[in-house]
Amino acid sequence: MDIIEILFTAGFWAATLRIATPLIFGTLGELICERAGVLNLGIEGIMTMGAMAGWMWVYMGGDLTSGILFAAFIGALFGLLHCIFSVYLGLSQHVTGIGITMLASSLSYFVFRMLLPNATTPPKIAPFQPYAIPGLSDLPFVGASLFSQSPMTYAAVIMVIVVWYVLYRTPVGLAVRMVGENPLAAEAQGINVLSVRTGAVMVGSALMSVGGAFLTMSAFDAFYFGMINGRGWICIALVIFASWNPGKALIGALLFAGIDAWQVRVQQLPGINIPYQFFLMAPYVLSILAMIIMSRKARYPKALLVPFRRGERT
Amino acid sequence: MIRLEPRENAPVWLTLSAPLSAIIAAFIICSTLILWAGESPLQAYALLFKGAAGSRFALTETLTRATPLILTGLAAAIAFKAKLWNIGGEGQFYAGALMATWVGTGAITLPTYVMIPFLIVMGALAGGLLLLIPTVLKNRLKVDEVVTTLLLNFIMLLFVNYLLEGPMKDPMSMGWPQAASIIDEGVLPSIMAKSRVHLGLVVALVAAVLAWVIMRFTVWGYEIRAVGYNAAAAAFAGLNVNRTILLTALLSGGLAGIAGVSEVAGTKGYLTLDLSPGFGYAGIAVAMLAALHPLAVILSALFLSGIFVGADSMSRALNVPTYISDVIVATSVLAVLVSLMLTRYRLRWG
Repeated sequence: MDIIEILFTAGFWAATLRIATPLIFGTLGELICERAGVLNLGIEGIMTMGAMAGWMWVYMGGDLTSGILFAAFIGALFGLLHCIFSVYLGLSQHVTGIGITMLASSLSYFVFRMLLPNATTPPKIAPFQPYAIPGLSDLPFVGASLFSQSPMTYAAVIMVIVVWYVLYRTPVGLAVRMVGENPLAAEAQGINVLSVRTGAVMVGSALMSVGGAFLTMSAFDAFYFGMINGRGWICIALVIFASWNPGKALIGALLFAGIDAWQVRVQQLPGINIPYQFFLMAPYVLSILAMIIMSRKARYPKALLVPFRRGERT
Repeated sequence: MIRLEPRENAPVWLTLSAPLSAIIAAFIICSTLILWAGESPLQAYALLFKGAAGSRFALTETLTRATPLILTGLAAAIAFKAKLWNIGGEGQFYAGALMATWVGTGAITLPTYVMIPFLIVMGALAGGLLLLIPTVLKNRLKVDEVVTTLLLNFIMLLFVNYLLEGPMKDPMSMGWPQAASIIDEGVLPSIMAKSRVHLGLVVALVAAVLAWVIMRFTVWGYEIRAVGYNAAAAAFAGLNVNRTILLTALLSGGLAGIAGVSEVAGTKGYLTLDLSPGFGYAGIAVAMLAALHPLAVILSALFLSGIFVGADSMSRALNVPTYISDVIVATSVLAVLVSLMLTRYRLRWG
């Protein structure tokens, strides 16, 4: 097998979709926040919290589906906290976001240790099992690679369509995009800028949290410290790469995950003598490269980072 | 509804008491977690304080831990002042430590009084140059530096990991991934008998005072503040914004790099992958608690270090996970942010 043949194995495509899933959720979540004009640097912490909360729910006896909903709920709460600071009090979104990441990740670790003080080896849960779509999964090649995935992976792809539809085809989506581009005009239309921003950030944070939960409830079966490992920051890069467009976010996440799945397999080929650390760097280097490539096209939402205070001109 | 109304001017007592009351509020909020753990918050905080400052040993440990935090805190404070969002302190810390290891483990031998300044300058250069990459990308191509500096942290840590398992691995380390020791001439001497407090603390304190002087009294500091306050207006006034941001980056990255030198040549003696338990990230919290004021960074670094050291010893005695320290720090940061805003705005109901 050589470095090209990898691309023709079903395992590679299955892995691509699996690696892409948390990135799709995270990128969609961040995209919704930024479209409403709020940069959410809390993403890394919120994903950690989602990974812990969803897993803990199941470990304590809940079922998987309600665990996902619980993770989403907790994520939304942290989104609300972000908004109290960044939207209602108008504090710097950078600083607030970093604070939220610190709080959410430290609380995740605290709660985990609190509930499982003596766990030396991380305890496990029964995670989501791959679901073979009847009919489609019997197709040669694509059946095994694309249609025998975790239910959360299908949900992620469906979520792309939902987010796209809501953003571009519904009044709610129009309001979200408006408060991110021109909040004064939105207010003149009778839209409550602060409420729309808060709603968007809560929904976005819920999605991020579900992305984190995928790691502990589907990709793996345990919660590890530091397991998000920069995925949140990569999602922020992917939002820029995708020009704040849900469809392109899906393509970006798949492209990114594909290269990641590919490098893992190249590492194992005989005759490859590059130290493994350089392969592990690939996702981070790729994210930076993606941002450089898209830098000329990046068209940030106009009101991103600008707090809105009623009756005050910015 | 709540409205925010700008204050004409904030009284001095308010500006000073706001952060203090915020920190007290943070402690009260976090006591709910201690209650949940089934312990008494008063006892926990008393033990925490005792662990941080209750004995000579505790105090010197707090000072040792505060040394890198002062430097990474200054790095964040100066960059944030220019609205250069340098979240890459951790990577710059390792760049400095790496450079000190590269030139300080036998490649160059100089008399002590030249060797130590040499290591510091080289480490500062390494940290500054690492931050220069995302800064140039920001200036030239408008690439968001928050993400690039963050991602560079992960890249740097993997690079150090590679070096420690490969080219830089000490053959005498019995298989542990660690580099050779810094030569005796380069080791920062202890400044307090029977403690780990070393010359790095003096370096950090001098750096804080220098940073304050630069920010407060020099044209350069004025330019940094002007760019941070309103880059467009600064450019209109004829200021070279890009150049100011580049210099800020060198200064900020350099300070984080010196923190790395101080840890590798002062506290530990050789480079390992766990040299920093997140000093770079904690530096951001230090800067935010200090409201980006260089002298307040010293107090804020001591506060954080005290929390970390104290929580370690408190969690050994009580059934409270040591992660309580990070929760207290994060809560304090958010509370101080709100309190500082309330010194500028008034809350009005209706």
